Amino acid sequence: MTISTVVTSGIDLLAAAVEDQAVPASRVDWRPPMPGTTADLAVVATDPLRADANRRALAAFLGVNAQLVDVAPAADLLGLERGQFLHAGPPITWERASGPLRGGLMAAAAFEGLVDDPEEAPPLFESGSFTLDPCHHHGAVGPMAGVVSPSMWMFVLEDAASGRRTFCSLNEGLGKVLRYGAYDDSVLTRLRWMRDVLGPALQRAVRGLRDSGGQVDVTGILTQMLQMGDEAHNRNRAGTLMLLRDLSPALATSGVGSADLAEVFRFVGGNDHFFLNLAMPACKLALDAARNIPGSTMVVAMARNGTDFGIQVSGTGDEWFTGPAQVPEGLYLGDYGPDDANPDIGDSAITETAGIGGFAMATAPAIVRLVGGSVPDALAATRRMHEICLGESPRWSIPVLEFQGVPSGIDVTRVCRTGILPQINTGMAGKVAGTGQVGAGLVNPPAEVFPAALARLARLTRERAATAPA
Amino acid sequence: MTHTHVDVRPGAYADSVTLLQVSRQVQQLPGVLAAQVAMATPLNLDVLAGMGLPVDREVSPNDLVVAVRLESADAVEETLAQVDQLLVQASRRPDTGTGGDIAPPRTTAAALRRAPDAIALVSVPGDLAVLEAMDAVEAGRDVMVFSDNMPLEQEVALKRAAAERGSLVMGPDCGTAVIGGLGLGFANVVEPGPVGIVAASGTGTQQLLALLDHAGVGVASALGVGGRDLSAAVGGLSTREALRRLDDDPAVELVVLLSKPPAPEVAAAITAYADSLDTPVTTALLGPGAPDITASAEAVLTRLGVSVPEWPVHGIAHPARHRPELDDQTGRWLRGLFVGGTLCDEAMLIASAALGPVRSNIPLTPDQALPASLTAAAHTFVDFGDDALTVGRAHPMIDPTLRLDHLARAAHDPETAVILLDVVLGHGAEPDPAAALAPAIQAVRQPVVVSLVGTAGDPQDLHRQARTLAAAGAEVHLSNAGATRRALELLGDRL
Repeated sequence: MTISTVVTSGIDLLAAAVEDQAVPASRVDWRPPMPGTTADLAVVATDPLRADANRRALAAFLGVNAQLVDVAPAADLLGLERGQFLHAGPPITWERASGPLRGGLMAAAAFEGLVDDPEEAPPLFESGSFTLDPCHHHGAVGPMAGVVSPSMWMFVLEDAASGRRTFCSLNEGLGKVLRYGAYDDSVLTRLRWMRDVLGPALQRAVRGLRDSGGQVDVTGILTQMLQMGDEAHNRNRAGTLMLLRDLSPALATSGVGSADLAEVFRFVGGNDHFFLNLAMPACKLALDAARNIPGSTMVVAMARNGTDFGIQVSGTGDEWFTGPAQVPEGLYLGDYGPDDANPDIGDSAITETAGIGGFAMATAPAIVRLVGGSVPDALAATRRMHEICLGESPRWSIPVLEFQGVPSGIDVTRVCRTGILPQINTGMAGKVAGTGQVGAGLVNPPAEVFPAALARLARLTRERAATAPA
Repeated sequence: MTHTHVDVRPGAYADSVTLLQVSRQVQQLPGVLAAQVAMATPLNLDVLAGMGLPVDREVSPNDLVVAVRLESADAVEETLAQVDQLLVQASRRPDTGTGGDIAPPRTTAAALRRAPDAIALVSVPGDLAVLEAMDAVEAGRDVMVFSDNMPLEQEVALKRAAAERGSLVMGPDCGTAVIGGLGLGFANVVEPGPVGIVAASGTGTQQLLALLDHAGVGVASALGVGGRDLSAAVGGLSTREALRRLDDDPAVELVVLLSKPPAPEVAAAITAYADSLDTPVTTALLGPGAPDITASAEAVLTRLGVSVPEWPVHGIAHPARHRPELDDQTGRWLRGLFVGGTLCDEAMLIASAALGPVRSNIPLTPDQALPASLTAAAHTFVDFGDDALTVGRAHPMIDPTLRLDHLARAAHDPETAVILLDVVLGHGAEPDPAAALAPAIQAVRQPVVVSLVGTAGDPQDLHRQARTLAAAGAEVHLSNAGATRRALELLGDRL
């Protein structure tokens, strides 16, 4: 029995005593856990289900391959009816909704023809004539406000092995757009063009490709784009161009008129974020495979509605653990400043939940300044996220970190133990409805959602122990 | 006009040894009359209250308390700035030179990912130790849990998980291990040799290592399993794994199982398991009616065909009749002040056979428990390494102040007849325990007997320690049992 290295946590003198014997000591920078979590951490750590549950959750999550299989209206895909609206984040009422979410809903109501002028929509939301439900409750995700209405077209992603599907709306581009809470005529005109031209063209192309035996391997594109400087949340440039590459032949032979086709190419190629709306449902498709595994402490969703930040955890079913959404720190467009920014909003933190976005910041040095950081910050951020994750992705890897896999499977217990909060890259919406985007930056979840989820996991563990045969 | 200032800092943390160093440095700052920088554990809050620095706020054990008494209020700001500086300096780690720009790991799990063959050594507070230890077990690694105060149900869960994966959990409350020559925790420097030890006791192991070393017998490995491993609840899970490891080691010719009396059903199972191994296993029980550790060491030597040496003694504690200045003393009690729990226990067993019941904070029977003052008009034995006296405080092998305080009190007590101490050497222990103890012993009027547990290779230099203590007037024994019998003899002289 010989020992190469001793990992020490606690009394430094014991590490020094190891080194005195010419054996290296690797010191853990140990600190007490988040306040009030000690008892729950011990209960969950000694849950006989936990280790295996987490192993299964991680394997299920990492085993999913997401393919783009269709593009169709939300009414057809989700059975969404007129007057029903989906939104980003955990459940919320109109009364508590923030400016950008209200603005997005107003735009959608006008887009659906439910009101002539977006300004007429609020009373109908207040009265309950129009209803709200989270995207996540319908297998969907939406960036920023994440508003989905029946006439909006959506990408359909499928995991061939299980047949499970997830959905996401089509990306509108940057600036004054619905998802940032803008609702002027330019927003509505673009939405109508997306409904009438972009959606049908993409449907023909995707169906044509599928029928000829081809496919758009979204998971595979993610693998490549992560090696091309995209972190797939705030930078999707390589991914967007690879999508165009894959779809171009099918688009060219789709029968769509050349003028519309040119507009489609111009729109998709000119919107660096177009692929975000494929990255997000791919992440959700993968993470949904890890849901509902008793004992698992893995986070399967992080989402914000502009007011609340919520997480869902594998071992606690569909329960949301929520706290107040934080205002991101970063850079502002034009003369916007911190007073103009709305708290964190959007389902796009599903990318961080899956280990990309802010978790893969090290691979996207081109945008570190956009979110107000430096290249060393980006490397440190990715390394720090490994501290709170169960494992590494075998296929999504980062060249500059010696091709180390991205940190995968946020572990509630490790967040509570270390106090390290997930790092999220995000856009910033104006807090006044109708403003649009005001900046981009970095944000964290409110710390309290993790101890709350841990407490629930601990309660479930205690209940299992109480009912299990001795 | 003196001024007291008590500052509570939630979420700040440093380990107890670091805080001990910081406290000492603060005490030496100009204008500081008293100072304590400590985690707000109930024990430390008691200590602070005893210093006249009560914490009058709601606090949790994860809060850092900075408490100072100053000559005047003018120095508060300056002193607190110095405290901050000292805390920053104390927590600064030397740059290892490789990848210095990479932040250190924050959990044992993260550290083990970076060190594929490493084992883990956990000494974080006991209510949190299971988290770090479980990281190691889940990574399929071995772990030594130095921390005490781990709840029993957590130990059971941890060891069950380890048994499923073939990991070895040493501890909790494992003070000593030697693995292939590497000492972990409080461990003596030993030569490689034919003996393998599985032990439920840290200082018991150290006594055995010291005696075998003196007899010229080396040790391949000594694996601690924690004091509760052979209880019915834990069922000897670590003992089995440790026996298996030693049986696999071709260097081991004889396994010594140093154990507290096991639960009967566990004893049968472990005996059956030991009998199934290729390597012979001999059991040395600790407890009433069992041979003392010195006798067990002698049995091991005999079994190995090694002749039993004279156990060395340095100096001489003069019986009272040779010190006429003590004739007016009426003392009649033996005072045992120990840092080693098993050494204290062994001394009590030997003493109580001669003296009847003795009082202790780790009493042989519950009715002999000492009050919180740790004093009584009786023969008293205090284990300063007991869990209750180490919550948020460094072990007395590292921080001698609590025992030195009680040594002075015992010496001043006219009822004290003889004082019995242990001094334990090896990695992890104070660099020069005799230096602090010798002046204190010199000031004692009563005879002082010391059991000095260490090996020739220990960094403190066994022979220099023995000479220093003997020169201060103590009689120094390598055998704790021998020291105890000598103390009884001196007590008999006094009575």
